[in-house]
Amino acid sequence: MPLSHDEVKRIARLARIAVSEADVEGVKAQLNRVLGLIDQLQAVDAKGIEPMAHALELVQRLRADEVTESDRHEQFQAVAPAVDRGLYLVPKVIE
Amino acid sequence: MLNATLRELSDALAAGKVSSVELTQLFLGRVGKLNAQLNAFITLDEEQSLAQARRADAARAKGTVGPLAGIPMAHKDIFCTSGLRTTCGSKMLENFVSPYDAHVIERFAAAGTVLLGKTNMDEFAMGSSNETSHFGPVRNPWDQTLVPGGSSGGSAAAVAARLAPAATGSDTGGSIRQPAALTGVCGMKPTYGLVSRYGMIAFASSLDQGGPLGKSAEDLALLLNVMVGYDARDSTSLDRPREDYARALNGELKGLRIGVPREFFGEGLEPGVRRAVDEALRWYAAQGAMALEIELPNAKLAVPVYYVIAPAEASSNLSRFDGVRYGHRAKEFDDLIDMYCRTRAEGFGAEVKRRILIGTYVLSHGYYDAYYLQAQRVRRLIAQDFAAAFERCDVIMGPTTPGTAFALGAKTEDPVQMYLNDIFTIPAPLAGLPGLSIPCGFDDQGLPVGLQLMGDYFSEAKLLGAAHRYQQATDWHLRVPKETPL
Repeated sequence: MPLSHDEVKRIARLARIAVSEADVEGVKAQLNRVLGLIDQLQAVDAKGIEPMAHALELVQRLRADEVTESDRHEQFQAVAPAVDRGLYLVPKVIE
Repeated sequence: MLNATLRELSDALAAGKVSSVELTQLFLGRVGKLNAQLNAFITLDEEQSLAQARRADAARAKGTVGPLAGIPMAHKDIFCTSGLRTTCGSKMLENFVSPYDAHVIERFAAAGTVLLGKTNMDEFAMGSSNETSHFGPVRNPWDQTLVPGGSSGGSAAAVAARLAPAATGSDTGGSIRQPAALTGVCGMKPTYGLVSRYGMIAFASSLDQGGPLGKSAEDLALLLNVMVGYDARDSTSLDRPREDYARALNGELKGLRIGVPREFFGEGLEPGVRRAVDEALRWYAAQGAMALEIELPNAKLAVPVYYVIAPAEASSNLSRFDGVRYGHRAKEFDDLIDMYCRTRAEGFGAEVKRRILIGTYVLSHGYYDAYYLQAQRVRRLIAQDFAAAFERCDVIMGPTTPGTAFALGAKTEDPVQMYLNDIFTIPAPLAGLPGLSIPCGFDDQGLPVGLQLMGDYFSEAKLLGAAHRYQQATDWHLRVPKETPL
């Protein structure tokens, strides 16, 4: 099912990637090429087959509920774009 | 020394014929000479490398060291290295210096190897030609107008041109095996879960696997011995008894059942590739191996399955790049969401954006069942095909790629054309199976051809043994590109 102009904009918004109005058609054409490839799967009868999320049937390993991490926030925040007093700075969200 | 195998280098270091410092200087010199043309490395730090080499020499003087101690290694720029930037081939991480080392990097450091540099790659491992890198394309040492393959193009080119004795890569849909085939070197994707993904920047978490590239199957075995091992920080890491991947190198070929999938020898295969692969299969038959035709009826669906699952997982994994905690942040924005949208539009290249958008779509409300779940069902069908095949054969062999190296820019217009390079390499990661590519000849243009070997889960030693026997009787893996003579 090929995507429409508006659907491309909606997906871009969901993905939090700005696509300029001028670029939408070009992106749409490329995405529809890929969708043409994956649409082949629609014709496959896979009813009753269990979806395979994972190569080997692993189960999430659990560990003891003990604190094992140390506070390294200074080291981790050294690479941040904007930090103040241990907090990451971003544009204000609450009006 | 530039063309020496890891075992030869190890012996020379042990015998005192060469020091780690001398080896490191030798390879750094060659990188200095050739990297401007090939663009195989994104980041180097000569001082750091030589300091590590001095430490390796000192450790050797004091006592016993491991077999790879003192040997320079190139690492794909997808593995986090503290103190040396990790870009993942992207503008998003152009100046990112990781606060920690990937587990793979920790293991190579513990083995005493020297970090030679970080190799170029397709951006966020998405690509089959190393043309999507923010840092420019890598050129194939066999013909510098051609691509080396991707996404581990830098690592493959580095090994092929003897800029490094060996390298690490990562493989999600073929990103180790395909560039190995296009550059005439050996590369392996191990069984899913053997190599820890901690610190290996995530693309598609159910498919990604780190692995080695080197000049021979024996080298790959020695590298796997370092790379493989349980790591509690990767929740998909397998806790298994330790193996020596070099234990079956001289394995018996008589009676080895080789499955040859008829689907891999169809119309799209270039004649030069078909010829070289057929000749390799004839060699195995002459040693007493038994070739039998097998069917992988759902293999033709592997590419569409992959291009639903991998982008879906990528869209989730790459949502962490939002300009808040690390990496690129846009300079101008109106509000928080605008900051995310501009940061990501600026930081990601076209192919990465494409895949995130596809992934977002196939996971979105109303489409998840039809696309993502359907792809996962077909994924199980593909895995079942392999399980049935391995009841009848010990190893599956065929071409690694449908063609040899192609021209830079030749396939960048149409994403789907580029995706079709991976038709033979995509099935193994979907099933979680190990796969290996070794050189098996050249086409009429003098370009390398790769033979792919796939095996059942945890059959790495057997695959490497079959490859090693072939390499004792042939010399494809010893050829050095004419354009980059020693």
